[in-house]
Amino acid sequence: MTTSVLEAVRSEPKAAAAAPVHIEATGVSKQYGAKGVLALDQVSLSVRDGEFLSILGPSGCGKSTLLRCVAGLERPTGGEIRVHGEPVRKPPANMGVVFQRDVLLEWRSILDNMFLQVDFRGEPRSRYMERAHELLDLFGLKGFEKAFPAQLSGGMRQRAAICRALLANPDLLLMDEPFGALDALTRDQMNLELQKIWSASRRTILFVTHSIGEAVFLSDRVVVMSPRPGRIAMTLTIDLPRPRRMMVREMPEFALYCGQIRALFGDMGLLKDE
Amino acid sequence: MNEDVTRLRRIWDMCAPTATIILMFVIWQVLVGVFHVRQVILPAPSAILEALAAQPGWFMQEGLYTMLTMLIGFGLAVVVGIVLAILIVEVKLLENTLYVLIAALNSVPKVAIAPLFVIWLGTGYGPKIAIAFLIAFFPIVIDSVLGLKSVSKEMLDLASSMRAGQLAQFWRIRLPTALPSIFAGMKVGISLALVGTIVGEFVASDHGLGYIILTAQGTFETAQIFAANILLGAAGIVLFWGMTLLERRCVPWHASQRREM
Repeated sequence: MTTSVLEAVRSEPKAAAAAPVHIEATGVSKQYGAKGVLALDQVSLSVRDGEFLSILGPSGCGKSTLLRCVAGLERPTGGEIRVHGEPVRKPPANMGVVFQRDVLLEWRSILDNMFLQVDFRGEPRSRYMERAHELLDLFGLKGFEKAFPAQLSGGMRQRAAICRALLANPDLLLMDEPFGALDALTRDQMNLELQKIWSASRRTILFVTHSIGEAVFLSDRVVVMSPRPGRIAMTLTIDLPRPRRMMVREMPEFALYCGQIRALFGDMGLLKDE
Repeated sequence: MNEDVTRLRRIWDMCAPTATIILMFVIWQVLVGVFHVRQVILPAPSAILEALAAQPGWFMQEGLYTMLTMLIGFGLAVVVGIVLAILIVEVKLLENTLYVLIAALNSVPKVAIAPLFVIWLGTGYGPKIAIAFLIAFFPIVIDSVLGLKSVSKEMLDLASSMRAGQLAQFWRIRLPTALPSIFAGMKVGISLALVGTIVGEFVASDHGLGYIILTAQGTFETAQIFAANILLGAAGIVLFWGMTLLERRCVPWHASQRREM
């Protein structure tokens, strides 16, 4: 039975491979200062439309730097990044970013926080009102529209931050260790919710994390990076049935993927398991 | 039962400060009576009240003069202080020049330059406003710079990722983030402005509560000195309270303003 399910989903990555390229990074390097730290060294990567791709690595491997370069918040010192064929020179339109900290504005209610970008653009809020309420409903924040961030728990705050990133319906969602500050249980719950919203809309998600389990659970592909200078050490296609439930984590295939990554970390000398 | 206790507690919290002040005056009155302290050394509260009641119009007029001078000086300090703080934060060159200069000048005792202002500006409103301005300006500018710089990098990244312009970022993110600090500076500034005004009136004036204190000293009218000081104290409390109210209105989200939710 397991094999038939696996076979059924194995066809999926092939279909994804046919999708047009969304993000194309070619030989991207980033050096801080003339003789400073080389954070990224010749990183090439292509992400397809609707793909869920995780960048996994230890702290200081440049995974956040790569994401920031895609977001147009930093300029690579070498190579080029294209989003839908356009070279990234400033933050691309149609992009939502979720940071590790929720960065909600304390003086705005949850609903007003969601409208930050709309306010920046000077667009009428009414255009997005319906979608805002849908998102809040979807993320279990119904009834908290008028609440202020200080009144919410860490998990709820991060949910609000994700709602904010999704309001303008971006086709690209960049997430920089979004659940790193949450407790384990809330983190699992958020993984399930994120998978749900991704499955429903199939927007491209670039997800940076240092959690092996989280990356394997969520992704179509996991890109593992080595520390200083940041290079791609391994790319792993995750062939696990979707929608994935928490139980997937108990499957031998899941353990195998995680084991492969852990072994690689071991080879890099990052994990000393005597 | 529990509700009654909280209600009693609230009433107590409200009355306690007033009760303390009243108690202090009662003890003062009793001690002066018991030990027969001479009025020229320490007048009893009743004598101070008499002095106030003897010329209420005069005290009121001079008090308003002082308050008006002080408010003009403080208002100027707020406007100039915040505008300068914005420029210092936005223009790197100013931070390395002007801000360093301001920080250095801050250590000069402003009171000591009061006589200079009399030479420059005469004996009217001018020098008092100038001193009130100068003394209130420093905490406002320094706290505002601090507040404007306290915006987190991630917050600005978020705004950039939303393709927000510099001006929009300032109004929607930098300024609101800085408001609690700006208010902290203004609260210190408003108390100092009152001090500055009185110093100005000491140096050269024929009006104001500072002038009353100085002339009363010459004629040993100690009760009048105390009356003027009590008015000043009351004005200080009202001003600080007013600033706190304004702060609650403008910065209701700030942690120090938050009531139990």
